[in-house]
Amino acid sequence: MSVGLSHFLTIGAVVFSLGLFCVITRRNAIGVLMGVELILNSANINFLAFSHFSSGTIDGHLFALFCIVLAALECAVALAIVLAVFRNFDKVIDMEQLTTLHK
Amino acid sequence: MSTVIYNVIFYILAFFVVISAAVVAFSKNIVRSAFAMVVTFLGVAGLFVLLSADFIAVTQLLIYVGGILVLILFAVMLSSRVKEIKISNLSVGYFPGGIIIALLTLLLIYIGVKTPWQKLDSVRFEPSTSAIGNSLLSNYLLPFEMISVLLLVGLIGAVVIARRKEDQE
Amino acid sequence: MEHAAFQQFVYLFWIPFFPLLGAVYNGLLGSALQRRLGEKWIHAPAIVFPMLSFIITIAGFVKLTGLDPHSRALYCNAWSWLHIGNLNVDIAFWMDPLGAVMAFVVTFVGTLIHIYSIGYMRNDPGYWRFFSYMNLFMFSMLILVLGDNFLMMFIGWEGVGLCSYLLIGFWYKDEKNAVAGMKAFIVNRVGDFGFIIGVFLLFWGLGFSLETFDSSSLATVTSEETHLNSSLVIREIEESLQIESVHEAFTGKKIFGFSLVTLICVCLFVGAMGKSAQIPLYVWLPDAMAGPTPVSALIHAATMVTAGVYMVARLHFLFALSPFAMTWVALFGAVTALYAATIGFFQYDIKKVLAYSTISQLGYMFIGVGVGAFSTGIFHLMTHAFFKGCLFLSAGSIIIGCHHQQDMRKMGGLKTYMPVTRWAYLMACFAIAGFPFFSGFFSKDEILWQAFNSKDMMLPGGGKIIWLLGIVGALCTSFYMFRSYFMTFTGEYSENPHHVPKESPKQMTCVLVILGFLSIFSGFVGMPHLWHVHNLFETWMEPVFESSSSLIASEGYTHTLEWMLMGISVAVAIIGAWVAGWLYKNRENPLPGKLLASKKQIIRIPYNLIYNKYYVDEIYQHTIVWLIMNLRLALDWFDRKIIDQLVDFAGTAGRWLGRFAGYTDEKGVDGAVNATSDMVIFSGLKLVTIQTGKLRNYLGVVLAGAIILVIANYLFF
Repeated sequence: MSVGLSHFLTIGAVVFSLGLFCVITRRNAIGVLMGVELILNSANINFLAFSHFSSGTIDGHLFALFCIVLAALECAVALAIVLAVFRNFDKVIDMEQLTTLHK
Repeated sequence: MSTVIYNVIFYILAFFVVISAAVVAFSKNIVRSAFAMVVTFLGVAGLFVLLSADFIAVTQLLIYVGGILVLILFAVMLSSRVKEIKISNLSVGYFPGGIIIALLTLLLIYIGVKTPWQKLDSVRFEPSTSAIGNSLLSNYLLPFEMISVLLLVGLIGAVVIARRKEDQE
Repeated sequence: MEHAAFQQFVYLFWIPFFPLLGAVYNGLLGSALQRRLGEKWIHAPAIVFPMLSFIITIAGFVKLTGLDPHSRALYCNAWSWLHIGNLNVDIAFWMDPLGAVMAFVVTFVGTLIHIYSIGYMRNDPGYWRFFSYMNLFMFSMLILVLGDNFLMMFIGWEGVGLCSYLLIGFWYKDEKNAVAGMKAFIVNRVGDFGFIIGVFLLFWGLGFSLETFDSSSLATVTSEETHLNSSLVIREIEESLQIESVHEAFTGKKIFGFSLVTLICVCLFVGAMGKSAQIPLYVWLPDAMAGPTPVSALIHAATMVTAGVYMVARLHFLFALSPFAMTWVALFGAVTALYAATIGFFQYDIKKVLAYSTISQLGYMFIGVGVGAFSTGIFHLMTHAFFKGCLFLSAGSIIIGCHHQQDMRKMGGLKTYMPVTRWAYLMACFAIAGFPFFSGFFSKDEILWQAFNSKDMMLPGGGKIIWLLGIVGALCTSFYMFRSYFMTFTGEYSENPHHVPKESPKQMTCVLVILGFLSIFSGFVGMPHLWHVHNLFETWMEPVFESSSSLIASEGYTHTLEWMLMGISVAVAIIGAWVAGWLYKNRENPLPGKLLASKKQIIRIPYNLIYNKYYVDEIYQHTIVWLIMNLRLALDWFDRKIIDQLVDFAGTAGRWLGRFAGYTDEKGVDGAVNATSDMVIFSGLKLVTIQTGKLRNYLGVVLAGAIILVIANYLFF
């Protein structure tokens, strides 16, 4: 069986699940961010797989491109937030302890 | 490219991606997680090439590996707990989380394999860069401009959030 | 969508956008520049940009003349705007001979008036604002005349309305001016409403008609691309109406017993009435004279108010389908032409005289397009732009010379002080009155002849009624214009002997000379066929109006009759001027004063009627405005007496009910309520533990829910 759309979708699903697992179980906020990056990457795999196997147009590529740009942006802002939290909450970035927005 | 080579490359890449993503998710050491992510991103970029998305693959390398990972590593280094490596990457709720995620994975794979997706008769491998450039300046001009504005806003926002307030120091 | 059949001309896009650059420049930087660097930095770009547009227009003109007459058009698709389903609307520009003439008039007169404004607006604190608005106006007007579809036209249409509002209320600190601006805006809204309804109806009706189109007959129609979808592009609408079956379905369609075509045309004409100040929506134009005089000249005489005429001419293929609508246009034009001319008799404000004269001349243009003489109507539009621009600018020069005096009774004898202004004014007077060989003579006479000759008018006597109204209007025109001339320039300058009026600066007089010159000579491009000469203007316009020419019928009267009518025109012009001279020259004749002092009812009643402009403003005030104001009072009364009472009643009833309920409550319900609340508190204390503040828990629950939903979907459906 030659590699086709469903293979790529499977890879996407696995990476997505691992990313989600990372987001759910990590106590470190930075670890959570890494999980988010994995999720976004899996979405890109799906975009490009559908673009390649199903539509044949360039639109999927553009969505993936925008997705990457937004991921970079999200990462920058989220890390800034992490650093601000780290400073303001007595050097704690543990998701188990950060349950309120004020000390 | 013959089908066999294509398949072999795909499985190699898929192996690396899955393994390294698992390391990202399960490793006890956050620095190790971060480095495993490099492998994941490289593998995904390889998958993009297999999907005839050369431009996106290069972008993936530049932005994810070159930009996002460096940012994450910076953040890791800047948060002081990293010194106590043992507690830097603790995880909780493995058991309930694991069950839900396992279910989800099975479900997603089931959907992906069983759904009769619309398929092209023959897939094409051709350079995508010029087509992307044309689209960005015609049909996708407005999203393109909006993304650029959004980037600017995000840049300023990140600086404002991360800046030390004067009265605190 | 590319149209290979038309000559591409990419610079077309710059004709409107150069003035926009000027407007942005002055709008953003003008305030600072005026404070720091002086006025030169403001007016130099503000003049150069329209001038560049003018140069490109001329280039377009030259390019057009080189093309085959039947495909004589330039096209420029700047970028695509809306693509929804089958509807394609682009920011596209389209210059055919009609658009070229309009663009020429707008850029040429516009540039001249910008130059004139340097002198007129000198030392005004809002100098930068003025030039910014003026450039913005040029932009909107050029969009209006060069736009290739209805949406572009509508943008221009609203844009010029906005600029008109801004410039009428330019000196907004005086409440009177601000009110005049608002009046213009609101009256125009009424017209614009008609316009947009007309466009909607057209779009809908055309789509309906195209459904009947049988594509098997495609081969017989035209080799060009045929449009099977309703369109907003004016050219495509015209093309699809050429198809036999579509044409039949379109003209045969009726809604509520009215023919759809007629309804569309009437709605569109309501729009034209508002913009071009025709009865009954003309009331804003005289008040619009509150703005600076260059504005009156550019917007309220030469260009914007002619937009309605342009629109009717542009949609000639539509109006020609409906004789009823054509009659409507011509009749309203003729009545307005006469009506506004009579109001001009007893006005003393020089700008008001010119305002009513503008309304009247616009009436003539509508006669022209209404009887199917589209090119003649546009010809009059062009000559009118020159001579009325000249008149207004002369009036501005007079007003500046006499220190902002606008009352003609306080002028007189200015010919020795302001010779250039006087000659320009006199030449323009000759032109507007229709003296032979002046520009107005050719255009106005041709309109009247075409009206007389028209066969399509659904009136008793056909076009002759229109002609009669027009010729009487011409008599009045000649009289009131020369009255204003004699009152202003002849006799003694009596007012304020300490201050001697002086001629305006060079920037103003040179413009007056150019426009005065054109008032005399511009008519020679459109001489009547009767003289056995080539009518350049009509030949130029012919390809535009080709498709509707077969729908216009004429009586075919003889040349002898035409010579006679021309003689009558000339005679009324001379009679009017002579009577004005007899009554007002040098203020020697005591007759006007005596008549005004007379107490006889037979003189007082018409005089009062005309002097007060037939009380139309008052009628509007006491009907429409009164109605709205009283509706407000009635609603207020209804609110206070009925609704408030109901509310009060409900309140009282509620109170009584409350007392009763309170009684039972205390005794019976409290126990149950307390039990309930205890339960809620208990469960709340338990449930609050769910809200951990931990992202993990929330996300897990969301995921679990999503998975359950998806699985349920697979299991049950």
